[in-house]
Amino acid sequence: MADSTCYHCGDDCGNHGVRFDDKDFCCNGCKTVYEIFTSNGLATYYEIEAKAGTTPNEIRKKYDFLDNQEIVEQLVEFNEEGVQVISLSIPTIHCSSCIWVLENLNRLHPAITVSQVDFPQKTIRVTYKTEDFSLKALVLLLGSIGYEPYISLEEYNKKDKKVDRSLIYKLGVAGFAFGNVMLFSFPEYFEVQEFWLDQYKVVFRWLMFAFSLPVVFYAGQDYFISAYKGLRSKLLNIDVPIALGVLTLFLRSTIDIVFNLGSGFFDSLTGLVFFLLLGKFFQQRTYAYLSFERDYKSYFPIAITRLKSSGEEENVQIYNVEVGDRILIRSHEIIPVDAILIKGHAEIDYSFVTGESEAVFRESGEKLFAGGKQLGDVLEVEVLKSVSQSYLTQLWGNSIFSKDKVSHFQSLTDSIGKRFTITVLTIATLATVFWLIYLPSMALNVFTSVLIIACPCAIALAAPFTLGNMLRIFGKHKFYLKNANVIERLAKIDTAIFDKTGTLTTNQKDAIVYEGMELTEEETALLKTTLRASNHPLSRSLYDILKSNAIMTLDEFQEHTGKGIEGRAKQHSIKVGSAAYVGKEASPSMTSTAVYVSADEDVKGRFVFKNTYREGIGGIFGELGADMDLGVLSGDNDGERQLLQQILSEKTEMAFNQKPEDKLEYIKGLQRAHTVLMVGDGLNDAGALAQSDVGIAVSENINVFSPACDGILDATKMKLLPKFIKLSKSSVKVIKMSFLLSLCYNVVGLYFAVTGQLQPVIAAILMPLSSISIVVFTTVATNYLGKGLKNIEI
Amino acid sequence: MSVIYVLLAISVTVAVAFFAAFVLSVKSGQYDDTYTPSVRMLFEDEIVKDKDKSDQNNQKSNKNSTNQ
Repeated sequence: MADSTCYHCGDDCGNHGVRFDDKDFCCNGCKTVYEIFTSNGLATYYEIEAKAGTTPNEIRKKYDFLDNQEIVEQLVEFNEEGVQVISLSIPTIHCSSCIWVLENLNRLHPAITVSQVDFPQKTIRVTYKTEDFSLKALVLLLGSIGYEPYISLEEYNKKDKKVDRSLIYKLGVAGFAFGNVMLFSFPEYFEVQEFWLDQYKVVFRWLMFAFSLPVVFYAGQDYFISAYKGLRSKLLNIDVPIALGVLTLFLRSTIDIVFNLGSGFFDSLTGLVFFLLLGKFFQQRTYAYLSFERDYKSYFPIAITRLKSSGEEENVQIYNVEVGDRILIRSHEIIPVDAILIKGHAEIDYSFVTGESEAVFRESGEKLFAGGKQLGDVLEVEVLKSVSQSYLTQLWGNSIFSKDKVSHFQSLTDSIGKRFTITVLTIATLATVFWLIYLPSMALNVFTSVLIIACPCAIALAAPFTLGNMLRIFGKHKFYLKNANVIERLAKIDTAIFDKTGTLTTNQKDAIVYEGMELTEEETALLKTTLRASNHPLSRSLYDILKSNAIMTLDEFQEHTGKGIEGRAKQHSIKVGSAAYVGKEASPSMTSTAVYVSADEDVKGRFVFKNTYREGIGGIFGELGADMDLGVLSGDNDGERQLLQQILSEKTEMAFNQKPEDKLEYIKGLQRAHTVLMVGDGLNDAGALAQSDVGIAVSENINVFSPACDGILDATKMKLLPKFIKLSKSSVKVIKMSFLLSLCYNVVGLYFAVTGQLQPVIAAILMPLSSISIVVFTTVATNYLGKGLKNIEI
Repeated sequence: MSVIYVLLAISVTVAVAFFAAFVLSVKSGQYDDTYTPSVRMLFEDEIVKDKDKSDQNNQKSNKNSTNQ
């Protein structure tokens, strides 16, 4: 039994295992889910993918606010005649078993009519009858099988989210027109003087014209808009020569067919727009289920329990909470406002805010800040500030959060675009002037030919395909970027600043040190047995490190929530818990979390939990330090300065006791002379992440929420960070090489254009050829670079 | 030779019909989630009936033990 894994979730069963129906389960929660599934004919769940389950969390009263019909009204998509439709986000969806069981929800309750999973978005859309069912019942049902939905304040304020499908439409229009125009123009490519062809030429030409209209005025409209915007703000972006090219192509072709001068360039025109849109489409696909724009709203609950003066409980929307209200904070609820603790023992996990994973203890009369999560029992608090005025939420008032980084960054393509446009216009003018003197009738032909052939299709494709492909390669190695633009910005970084807690240190592994009188073997055994019965995270970690195999039967066990636990066996008793509980004065200078132990009312010592630094941090700093300045910003005191100096290189700058605003200001100061990368994790870094040129959030579990940022990096891949930055730099090199390649095509094309020999068929060959060879080159090059990443990992 | 008009008309009509089908499919949301349907189509009616539940379970535990 010791080495068995849970039939439901695949976790190690350890010594807490439950045996049921000839199968091992790690806990009762998993066993219950198994029972629910098998008794409803859903046992196939385990056949599609073995051990796919998730341990359900205890929910209890958390969703009582769903009894409030006003709130339900806001959440559901459709609500009429006893039928409701709702989309819920379920972060734990991860495999085909999940899809299967969630789409068979009607097996678990007959009121559910349809349920459909969107796997990439990790959402489920459920239709149910409200007769003997409700949203709350649905949420509880999902919770009971380990798929607890995530309902946050963000969802509540969400306006009707319209899916933007315009790019797919445009791509469809352009592709459709491209194919048809190619077919229609084919006969004329060979210029055979065939009677029937000549006869019907006009029909074919006007058909092509008709097909190109929606391409120019619908599919290509973004380029005109962007070029116009660029020109208005006196910027020559890459869209200016593109729009110019498209417009010239269209006008010249129209004139050609109106005056019967030739067949026009409709094939090149539609092909050009199609390829450009394809590039856009390729770059656009990102990670639908990750949100990079989270603010405090996605952490906060929708409603909270308020105590009326008469003592009655009521659920209110948290924006309606006013100063002076008494509210209840239940176990595992987040405190939405700054408040004073009135009743109960607070054990607050501020990891959302500070990244610090160990809970802090507060007694009544002390102040609690918004963003903390209560781990212990129910609290009664008095509201000091409303939601928008609270310490944490005020940070979002900073103007930095409404600034769009992309629009302030001049991409490589745009900076090339400027020089390119000027060069092309110069060549066009010179060639026209030459022909005006030499043979005036050719002048207009040459001028338009130059603009057509120089249309920077290949240049415009180089960046989307290189960066889009790199984005996917990064994604495979668990580095998720908000958009392709971030890679270009990452390549320019010359300073990297790290947050300490949660970023350089890990929340997962604790180093536990014992200080005090040595415990006897019997005491250790008793301690371990006592800890075994407790579910507190600290007890669990402590249990795992204690070396004792003698498990005894306890005569008595008591758990005092928020204080500690007590066990008694064979006339001996042991107490584990906070200093006050065990009977010792807490030392005031304590910087880390400690658990005190007393045997037979005699204080023995304490276990101190220390943060450990992630593996390979020194290596990362060494590697990065070679070509950039490094720094560490920490909200903690400088107790670990010495240790940090040892692990990291000597040059690393360090700042301690930094409040969220201080971090933001620090980054702002650096930006006067540098391009700054900020690596952080908690909400306290949110300001700095937004202010920096590139903000990366390190996350232990990417489905759990990270603050607004440009990229999310899985904590296990932290050591690859220097490689990611190097690859970004290589990507930029690939783009530059593609520019060179496409310039060669342009030179060849310009030869034909300037000498006045540009035939539609040459344009029709040259344009797709240059575009396709750029796509092939960038794809091969980025995949080759990406391979290097894979080798490192092995 | 005016048959070419007929042929052109047919070819354009067929093309436009397919294009319309594409637009409709996008509009109905078929392109919003391109992953889940690929998994969903592999599921059959795998609901386990009560009577054969027990031997299904046995099979599974056998399979499981070989996996470990």
